[in-house]
Amino acid sequence: MARKLLLEHINVPGINTLDVYRQKGGYRSVEKALKTLSPDDVVEEVKKSGLRGRGGAGFPTGMKWSFLAKPEGVARYLVCNADESEPGTFKDRYLMTHIPHALIEGMIVSSYALGAKTSYIYVRGEMMPQIRILEKAIAEAKNAGFLGKNILGSGYDLELYVQPGGGAYICGEETALLESLEGKRGNPRIKPPFPAIAGLYGCPTVVNNVESIAAVVPIINDGGEEYAKVGIGRSTGTKLISASGNLVRPGVYEIELGLPVEEFIYSDEYCGGIANGKRLKATVAGGSSVPVLPANLTLKLANGDPRLMSYESLSEGGFATGTMMGSGGFIAFDEDQCIVRNTWNFSRFYHHESCGQCSPCREGTGWMEKVLHRIEHGHGKMSDIDLLVDVSKKIEGNTICPLGDAAAWPVASAIRHFRDEFEWHVREPQKSQQTNYGIARYAEPIVSGLKQEN
Amino acid sequence: MSEKVKVTIDGITVEVEPGTTILNAARQIGGDIVPPAMCYYSKLEGSGGKCRTCIVKVSKGSEKDPRPMPKLVASCRTTVMDGMEVMNITSPEVLEARSGVVEILLINHPLDCPVCDQAGECDLQNLGYEHGLQKTRYEFERRTFERIDIGDKIQLHMNRCILCYRCVFTADQITNKRVHGILNRGDHSEISTYIQTAVDNDFSGNVIDVCPVGALTDKTFRFKNRVWFTKPVDAHRDCPTCKGEVTLWYKGADVLRVTARKDIYGEVEDFICNTCRFDKKKTADWVIEQPTHISDTSVIASNHYETMKPLPVIQTDLRLQQANKVELEKTAKF
Repeated sequence: MARKLLLEHINVPGINTLDVYRQKGGYRSVEKALKTLSPDDVVEEVKKSGLRGRGGAGFPTGMKWSFLAKPEGVARYLVCNADESEPGTFKDRYLMTHIPHALIEGMIVSSYALGAKTSYIYVRGEMMPQIRILEKAIAEAKNAGFLGKNILGSGYDLELYVQPGGGAYICGEETALLESLEGKRGNPRIKPPFPAIAGLYGCPTVVNNVESIAAVVPIINDGGEEYAKVGIGRSTGTKLISASGNLVRPGVYEIELGLPVEEFIYSDEYCGGIANGKRLKATVAGGSSVPVLPANLTLKLANGDPRLMSYESLSEGGFATGTMMGSGGFIAFDEDQCIVRNTWNFSRFYHHESCGQCSPCREGTGWMEKVLHRIEHGHGKMSDIDLLVDVSKKIEGNTICPLGDAAAWPVASAIRHFRDEFEWHVREPQKSQQTNYGIARYAEPIVSGLKQEN
Repeated sequence: MSEKVKVTIDGITVEVEPGTTILNAARQIGGDIVPPAMCYYSKLEGSGGKCRTCIVKVSKGSEKDPRPMPKLVASCRTTVMDGMEVMNITSPEVLEARSGVVEILLINHPLDCPVCDQAGECDLQNLGYEHGLQKTRYEFERRTFERIDIGDKIQLHMNRCILCYRCVFTADQITNKRVHGILNRGDHSEISTYIQTAVDNDFSGNVIDVCPVGALTDKTFRFKNRVWFTKPVDAHRDCPTCKGEVTLWYKGADVLRVTARKDIYGEVEDFICNTCRFDKKKTADWVIEQPTHISDTSVIASNHYETMKPLPVIQTDLRLQQANKVELEKTAKF
């Protein structure tokens, strides 16, 4: 059994209540941090742990914290990004539903480290049950003296608030989240200034994912160096993976980073293989925004070594043969799934969720969606495929926030790896409406000297 | 921090105040290295960063940190650092990305220039002319909106809008009551007044001047004439609400419309009030100053008083002065 740091006590009955959580060692980190460590010590521990942001970009959390500006007499804020709405990602919801106190404990320690006197948890508006769970847990923590004035006699004050989100995917982008939290329209801000300098209400702010904040708890309990021993290379610790798609046992799994992808998909401890005895065709390894990979490149690197679940290994080979860790939304497609349809579906999502602020994303996502719709429904042309690649290139990197990139990558990568399937859809418009392309050569072992496109 | 910082744009170095944006530094140099701007408006706080036409490549971050910036940046919102090196028209990557942005801006634009009052002084038209493709690759029905009446002075053509947000900032910052904003999300976003309330404010007419396209036009000038057949003349009057310095657009002896005075980047010098704009349409209301200077490159200049002159250069720069001299000689021959 692999080591679990976040979900260790997930199956204990009543773990969502403060009493049971305390019995299992909860809130030890708050006592340790507030009584024995200075805020800078906590930041130092997190830096030592090598914890990387679990929301998608994988930016080292300790570094992010140390960038926070600390001018005299200006409030600082910690905001927890619980606006989880990436298709294929549901780990934060799971964590908040079952162990809400892990998040609250992490929030207290993190707020203490950053010197924030008020912190917010911005929860996606659709997750009303989780909001109620968190509010109940906050009330419990407050009664027990872990929140409010003079926590545990340390002289440190903290108020924690839960804010229901406005119900848009874009509000998960940190600056759009701050705008939404301030009560405005959730449009991403133009950076610089970064939130670490001028964030919420113009004050220095750190925005972290739910899982990153929860991971601070084991870091403080065991020490940063101990945490860094888990995992592989620069990918330290454990990661929650939301596995979905055609798997025998989809769900949320806590894995130690560095687990081989093959083991994750096929071992009985995790997903248990592909459902109904079918074969794996493709995967999206980190939520809908990351490039899609065919089965052979999912399991093996281009040079034939096994691919591991870690930030480095998943992105090995760049976008030509790699993908990204993203937020850990692992979607598996079996041989009966149509990549064109799936790409169109993702594209439709980004078209719907584009905020409309900057032109490449506003107009480009709609354009891609329309072209993909045409190909999927048997009215495509051969030139459409190159058109899609070109449009995706014109969106990528030219937008205010990463939503443009996130919309462009799945399309560009699907065409890069599954071009013959797109061509088949164009060539056989009638047949493509009735049958699907099947697995083709996507699961065959990679021959060395793989054709490198792009 | 009053020490000036040095920035090099397309090989031309200029010294600017710290905190200046790349776009404004380029404007101090002048000429064709100035990136085009569809949404940035120097008089409106918070504008810019949205249209992405002004993107440039920063090939050297600063003297201290010489690493180039990983992505193309919006020059209107990126401040200069000492020793920064910027590539605009010298970078093929920038030109390619910019033509991509222009194409994307045009895919849902109705291209109804023949019946659009803005034609001839439209930023999008100029931009499309310089960077756009001759043919569109967009084969779908263009986006259309329900027509909304926003009062008897201003005409809103939402189909033409490129969502630069300039008019929203104007409504926010110039007028004291906001009745004008953006509804919906993504490519369904539209400029609207909530519950179709009439935009009634002394300065609401300025949204017409800030609009880079024909989405907001003057209803009192609607279909009266093409702008290049009218002659612009600077004039002023003693106005109790605004500064009263305007441009009158004449056709024969009639004043067809009144606008604020615009600089070479199409930005107004002073915002004017609605009385000046919509109600004072007689020569007798105004004190005439002189013919308005119109850039030679503008189609309006084809029918204008001034003779051909080389492009103005604001900043004294040896290389540009030399280029200007050559230009001047050419003109003399011509």
